[in-house]
Amino acid sequence: MEHRKLIETSCSHFNNDPRRMLDILWQIQNSLGWISPDTMELIAQLTNTYRVEVEGVVTFYAFFMSKPQGQFVIHLCEDIIDRYAGMLPVQNAFEQILGIKVGETTKDGLFSLHLTSCIGMSDQAPAALINDMVVTNLSPNKTKILIRTLKKTRNLASLVKTFGDGNNSHELIKSMVNNNILLKGDVLLGDININAGLNKAFSLPPEEVIATVQASNFKGRGGAGYSSAKKWLAAAATQADKRFVICNADEGEPGTFKDRVLLTERAELLFEGMTTVAYAIGSQHGILYLRAEYRYLLPYLESLLTKRRNEGLLGTDILVDETENTRFSFDIRIQLGAGAYICGEETSLISSCEGKRGEPKNKPPFPAVSGYLGYPTVVNNVETFCNIPRIVDKGAEWFTSIGTPESSGTKLLSVCGDCTRPGIYEFPMGITLGEVLSLAGAKDPEAIQIGGASGVMVGRADFERQLCFEDLPTAGAIMIFSSQRNILEIADYFMHFFIEESCGYCTPCRVGNVFLKQGLEKIMAGKGETSDLKYLQDLGKTIIQTSRCGLGHSSPKPILSTMKNFPLVYAALLKEHPDGRQAGFNIQHALDESRIIAKRRSIVFDPDLGGD
Amino acid sequence: MKKKRIATTSLAGCFGCHMSLLDIDERIFDLLELVEFDRSPLNDLKKFTRRCDIGLIEGGCCNEENVHVLREFRQNCDILVAVGQCAMMGGLPVMRNAIMHSDDPLRECLDEAFCTPKVLNPENQIPNDPALPLLLDKVYTCVDVVKIDYQIPGCPPSGETIWRALNALVKNEAPALEYDLIKYD
Ligand SMILES: Cc1cc2nc3c(=O)[nH]c(=O)nc-3n(C[C@H](O)[C@H](O)[C@H](O)COP(=O)(O)O)c2cc1C
Ligand code: SF4
Ligand code: FES
Repeated sequence: MEHRKLIETSCSHFNNDPRRMLDILWQIQNSLGWISPDTMELIAQLTNTYRVEVEGVVTFYAFFMSKPQGQFVIHLCEDIIDRYAGMLPVQNAFEQILGIKVGETTKDGLFSLHLTSCIGMSDQAPAALINDMVVTNLSPNKTKILIRTLKKTRNLASLVKTFGDGNNSHELIKSMVNNNILLKGDVLLGDININAGLNKAFSLPPEEVIATVQASNFKGRGGAGYSSAKKWLAAAATQADKRFVICNADEGEPGTFKDRVLLTERAELLFEGMTTVAYAIGSQHGILYLRAEYRYLLPYLESLLTKRRNEGLLGTDILVDETENTRFSFDIRIQLGAGAYICGEETSLISSCEGKRGEPKNKPPFPAVSGYLGYPTVVNNVETFCNIPRIVDKGAEWFTSIGTPESSGTKLLSVCGDCTRPGIYEFPMGITLGEVLSLAGAKDPEAIQIGGASGVMVGRADFERQLCFEDLPTAGAIMIFSSQRNILEIADYFMHFFIEESCGYCTPCRVGNVFLKQGLEKIMAGKGETSDLKYLQDLGKTIIQTSRCGLGHSSPKPILSTMKNFPLVYAALLKEHPDGRQAGFNIQHALDESRIIAKRRSIVFDPDLGGD
Repeated sequence: MKKKRIATTSLAGCFGCHMSLLDIDERIFDLLELVEFDRSPLNDLKKFTRRCDIGLIEGGCCNEENVHVLREFRQNCDILVAVGQCAMMGGLPVMRNAIMHSDDPLRECLDEAFCTPKVLNPENQIPNDPALPLLLDKVYTCVDVVKIDYQIPGCPPSGETIWRALNALVKNEAPALEYDLIKYD
């Protein structure tokens, strides 16, 4: 096999360790373009595992290719935000100029075209990835120019005419992505003093670092809103010879892109935060789990890690206390994901870091007790880690003076959809939805999806509500839909998203979500009846109650929340049939095949024979 | 108390559920104190004589006649009950719906039934007498075709189960069946 050498090198680069399967696969795919069955076989031999194990991993992740691909692989975001921003004409333009359909590769082996879920560019939609290069604000015309340029130059860099703002123009990023930071708050996006928090932490005993954060009443920013200090205390209290600190930069929730901006503009603060937490819980190893969609940031992030190693802020013995005879060492590796929303769920993320399919694990044990490779592991969101050095630096009192009693500090919101100013806003917690909408220049807002697909859809009645843990919580996404949009179509897209992204482990989630979508589509087709609402409600409840992980606990929400907040939209489409017939059943259609086979008509049902 | 009027029918079923109804044994006399039978295979009445309180349906819909009868039942009964697995979920007949990845699933089903070498049918004839109702493209459950008020699971539900359900319905109550009555594994 001609590629043998290369595969062997890649595997041995990671010590033939199956726990580094994702890294091995990425390295091989980067050279060979795809993972063939022979490649899987060989990887399995070299890493001393089974071919099905390797194949299981390859087929789990959307970005690992088990079929040959073109030199340039295009992943066009198909999210509802992109659709409303004109994604379908862009898709047509791609298909037309390339002469292929979605899922195909051009004959010359240059291009492959795929659709994908949100790539974290909802403020500059429609957007797509071409290999690891992000292209934004697409139009049919721009699409054609991009492809023509690529055909001529065969060079991705030639696509970027003007760089985005801030670090997007950095040597190692050089991207057309824009930060779109529209409101800077005091905690994260305003002026910050880098390493001040870490230095202060180093001057305190670890327990006191945790105590400060506990006093600040800080809650995690990744969605669940759990007290970070509590999580760390649990990890610190668990006896083990190693502990892990993992940063969740999977940011897969549709409409969320605030971590993208933090990774671009506040990456040092993030690494500082991870180091602070490591110091607080006594951890030696950090992992930044970076979603594959943000691979364009990888060289830049690696360079910052190197810089911090050179500055003595990462690595062996970064803090030595001769009098107490304690030494603190900590380093961070970046684990690249491979395109799976479920890997944002913390236990799936850990599975993924372990080189496995990104399937959730049972809780308990919680990761803080038994996580990565069985060691106590703290998983926190990017924004969470960025907050920590700021709290340690400026004190708990300063932090609790911002926001509401239950939700201290600020929150980054990523606003997108029907508004004139989509982008990133750092608000104090507790801002009302209405204020956000007016600052973002919302156009005729009718329905707002709070917290992405797994959040809730609210209407005008809720515009006075506060965005914070005690009222309307959000991991960051605010998707604005004007009165021109079809609310059921949006819910239907989110169901499509969950069906695509379910890991398939639980039947209620794998199958139930399909039934939910079918039920919704029946109503959308005007064939629904009042009893269908109850069916959707019951089924949704069952899925929430019987699924294993947060995906199944959230997936019915687009339907349940639109049913609750927009009952009239549903009611307008429902029909009652006084004769008790089900509108979904069409006898004529059911008889078509039979008429052809039997070569006769239906005496009972043919309309011209007097049937109905 | 005025006697309730009951109608029953067997669509794409095996008459097992009707047999099970007869399994209530001598309680049939008690039942007759409470109800009168209208259209039913038990008395061979083929048409409704008047509106009924309760309709019991055995079997799902595999042909046009089943649909026709089921709609008549819906039209003429206040409360419609799907009795047994076939009525609720399609039961054995629904297995033909498993032929999904075919352009012509119905033909494939008929070929399998009548034209495989296992059956003695030298001319490969598929029954097609004009008196035979046309088959539907697939088997539909009763719930697919009309609104159903109650379902009694089982293949068949035991006589006891049916007895309890009927007793409740006669008293205008929803049949609440204990776990043991509808536990089949
Ligand atoms: C389906 C699913 C997807 C998730 N995606 C993310 C994500 O992309 N980023 C994130 O930080 N948390 C995500 N979470 C939440 C994580 O499981 C976890 O709660 C979070 O990373 C903890 O960090 P925090 O305490 O700092 O908020 C997701 C949860 C679920 C159930
Ligand atoms: S709820 Fe869905 S995503 Fe979560 S483990 Fe079950 S099948 Fe997988
Ligand atoms: S990038 Fe398309 S919706 Fe987020």
